[in-house]
Amino acid sequence: MNSFIIGMESQNVQKIVIGALSLAAFAILWELLAIIVNNSFYLPRFSSVLSAFFSVIQSSFFFNDVAISLYHFIIGFAFALIIGIPIGMLMGWFPVLDKALNPIVEIFRPIPPLAWIPFAIIWLKLTHQAAGFIIFMGMVFPIIINTYSGFKNIPKIYVEAAKVLGSVSSIKLIKNVAIPAASPMILSGIKTAMGVGWMCLAASEMFGVSDSGIGYKIWFYYGIQAMDYVVVYMLILGFIGLLLDFLFRYFIQNRVLKWQKGTVV
Amino acid sequence: MGDLIIENLSKEFKKGSNEFLALKDINLSVKNGEFVTILGPSGCGKTTLLRIIAGLETYSSGTATLDGELITGPGPKRGMVFQEYSLFPWKTVLGNVMFGPLMQNFSKDEAEAKAMTYLNLVGLSEFKNSYPYELSGGMKQRVAIARALANEPEIILMDEPFGALDAQTRNNLQNELLRIWQEEKRTIIFVTHSVDEAVFLSDRIVILSKRPGTIKKIIEVSIPRPRDRTRPEENAIRNEVLRLLDTNENCEID
Repeated sequence: MNSFIIGMESQNVQKIVIGALSLAAFAILWELLAIIVNNSFYLPRFSSVLSAFFSVIQSSFFFNDVAISLYHFIIGFAFALIIGIPIGMLMGWFPVLDKALNPIVEIFRPIPPLAWIPFAIIWLKLTHQAAGFIIFMGMVFPIIINTYSGFKNIPKIYVEAAKVLGSVSSIKLIKNVAIPAASPMILSGIKTAMGVGWMCLAASEMFGVSDSGIGYKIWFYYGIQAMDYVVVYMLILGFIGLLLDFLFRYFIQNRVLKWQKGTVV
Repeated sequence: MGDLIIENLSKEFKKGSNEFLALKDINLSVKNGEFVTILGPSGCGKTTLLRIIAGLETYSSGTATLDGELITGPGPKRGMVFQEYSLFPWKTVLGNVMFGPLMQNFSKDEAEAKAMTYLNLVGLSEFKNSYPYELSGGMKQRVAIARALANEPEIILMDEPFGALDAQTRNNLQNELLRIWQEEKRTIIFVTHSVDEAVFLSDRIVILSKRPGTIKKIIEVSIPRPRDRTRPEENAIRNEVLRLLDTNENCEID
């Protein structure tokens, strides 16, 4: 057991060392390549990105950018949950609603969320809600689909066991059996949706919904040809996406699904 | 209370455009506190019969009543222990056993008290905070028995509950079930395809014929308990049962 743990630790150390070396090599190559290219619009230097990074995180607008982007994201997320989960549940539980709603979902699902930008502008004007709407369109379908298939695949034995114990009505069965039994699927749908929604974020802020936000800043700095700042905001976008994924996995998924043996979601 | 009467009950199944008779003219009455086993080769409708009593399956003609009330759907007076592991994996042992009482609108404290009573009865109270994946197969079925008992049903239906267990665990659980049955004095209807199990456990053995399932014979087992698995008295009944089953050819379809 002890040697097993030591083995795990040395493996982790190895992983960190190799990862760090690889990143350092990447940064050096980048810097060299940028020196050769010698055009900060085509390829900003790593060193100038690094100094741009420090000036961004020390700036007063950085916090505002993150807050506005999270605000857009939360608008889309909240509506996707409020609308997506009930639709998925109803479709998964009632065969009639499955038949009725399935064609509609299947028509709209493959449309790329960014294709909704014109209607977002027409319906919601250039507001935060318009950005939220694009993110919503990216998030709602993974949530619907996963909730739906989670509900479709509830083992019959749990439903029957609940029935003989006196939980007979649809409402009771949905609450006591379907939702907990489907929760691993629903949560993994939400996780997927968070990834998709975050990817939609940059574009949703590029059509003029606000004058701050991470996506907006990427577009703004591109406009003034400050490509080192563009890279900084790109990296921030990626990093916060990663952080959201991590927080969701460790604080929501693992906590809710602790009854699952060896949770791998 | 706990008197089950089944009269002229038949069950037709539809498979595509084909109809077939699964059960035909079943007449059976089970008295309160009795331990009745339903025995027959697989695919002969014994699980179907049990599921009809549970209210999980409809019947085509005849009647099934419990204490004079027609059975039309599942209800808490009839508890069931399934062959498959049916504990809710998202609930702890205690949560599983409390589920029935909570559905009967008992308060949380009352439900917990009932659950603890029956967890004590099956000897698993110290595992109350475990999740089902942490339990062995035999422990899971003991919790399932406690969960069925916690609703204080008139009748407990058991569908090959020990079928998936190894022989040693199975014997232990048979003994334990008899102890619980003698303490609780509830009616038990137990489906099995093990002749040994039927002879060891029951007051009466109902032998079903091949499809369509009809009652071929009901054998009284009047050997006092505790029974032995090898004595001549038990062997005589075992031989009789085996002879009756032997004249049945195998059922083709399950």
